[in-house]
Amino acid sequence: MLRPRIIPCLLVHDDGLVKTVKFKDPKYVGDPINAVKIFNEKEADELIVLDIDATVQGREPNFRLIAQFAAECRMPLCYGGGVRTVEQAKRIIGLGVEKVALSAAAIEDPTLISRIAAEVGSQSVVVVLDVKTSLFGKQEVWTHNGRKNSGKSPLELAKEAERLGAGEVVINSIDRDGQMKGYDLALARKIREATRLPMSVLGGAGSLQDIGALIKECGVVGASAGSFFVFKGQYRAVLISYPTPEQKDELMNTALPSRAAHA
Amino acid sequence: MIRIVDYGLGNILAFQNMYKRLNVPVGLAKTADDLSDATRLILPGVGAFDHAMEELDRSGMRARLDELVLGGKMPVLGICVGMQMLAERSDEGKLPGLGWIPGDVKGFKSLNQPDLLLPHMGWNDVRPAAGHRLFNELTTDARFYFLHSFYFECADPAHVAAVSSYGKEFSCAVSAGHIHGVQFHPEKSHHFGAQLLKNFAEL
Repeated sequence: MLRPRIIPCLLVHDDGLVKTVKFKDPKYVGDPINAVKIFNEKEADELIVLDIDATVQGREPNFRLIAQFAAECRMPLCYGGGVRTVEQAKRIIGLGVEKVALSAAAIEDPTLISRIAAEVGSQSVVVVLDVKTSLFGKQEVWTHNGRKNSGKSPLELAKEAERLGAGEVVINSIDRDGQMKGYDLALARKIREATRLPMSVLGGAGSLQDIGALIKECGVVGASAGSFFVFKGQYRAVLISYPTPEQKDELMNTALPSRAAHA
Repeated sequence: MIRIVDYGLGNILAFQNMYKRLNVPVGLAKTADDLSDATRLILPGVGAFDHAMEELDRSGMRARLDELVLGGKMPVLGICVGMQMLAERSDEGKLPGLGWIPGDVKGFKSLNQPDLLLPHMGWNDVRPAAGHRLFNELTTDARFYFLHSFYFECADPAHVAAVSSYGKEFSCAVSAGHIHGVQFHPEKSHHFGAQLLKNFAEL
């Protein structure tokens, strides 16, 4: 039986590992390579690494750092940040990264999705949609680390990503980033119902219950989180953690009882 | 030593790192000459089937690999698209495969299950054939990381080394004598994958 994935998301800023709140106030939480080593030991399902500076600074992905991540990482790795060309995507896959995440560049020019998929295969192309809700409740996709409104709806962009041959879509809630009060389940369900792509959801997880609620809502899904895996306690002390295999089994059996019985 | 066939595709470094941690002698092969000291072969692969076949041809290693595997009976392990390349043909492309194990590569799409998310991505349970040595100590609770939209359909059921379920039960590992392939990624499957790669080194 295919399992839901529980995915730590690491943000890289000035070569350090940081955690943001609503995409702002990056707090230094440690060395990113050291974090990878810890998640290796904890046998995390997968890892997402996002360089939150590259697009904003208009620079290339840091290939040297990506190579270090890929060499150290013993679980599947998805890299995002500053990828604008087919050549860059090929080079990143060539360094031993399983998936390349696109955001700003693919939203400006969606054909980038199909052009990269043609070279590295759909399974390695991920589209990340950073979603912000306006005062009037309208949800739109923002780019450049939450600074630029694309004016496009997450639902339309997710469908377009599927049509153009992406292999996965990551729905990231800017409003819930760092809040640790739960995922945007309504948005996740809307995207799940409208597409047949594997999906991961990021932004808001603060407990195993939050992850369980997402799995219950969306079935076999990627549940990604930042703060939940790096902070402990109400004072947000930095301590990297990850659910044990037993906790993961219990989470899955509770959220998807019919599938557990099936297995 | 184990030579990882480096024709430009697949996570070469991950295999190398895994075997170094296991203290198993390992090296890359970029040319036919590099294969001269090989005792076992890893054939990785990602992306489109035809592209992988073209790149293998272009590497200049294909004829030597045929000699070593078919003539010399050297153990080989194909991974992901590297497993699919062992087949005779693939629905994904037009070029013939290596044809080392009789069978075709089919797409999950052809199952016509509109609810099936594609690609098949994530950790799935793997059920090995009884007593298969590639799965030593992996008989209960084994799970591996998958990332693919096509699967190997063996012409001879005796070549199915393990099955997994996605849309249907499909062969996620194949073995014909000394020729093996796995659809999942042992190099990214934590201790399960390390055990399988160790088993291959000890076959």
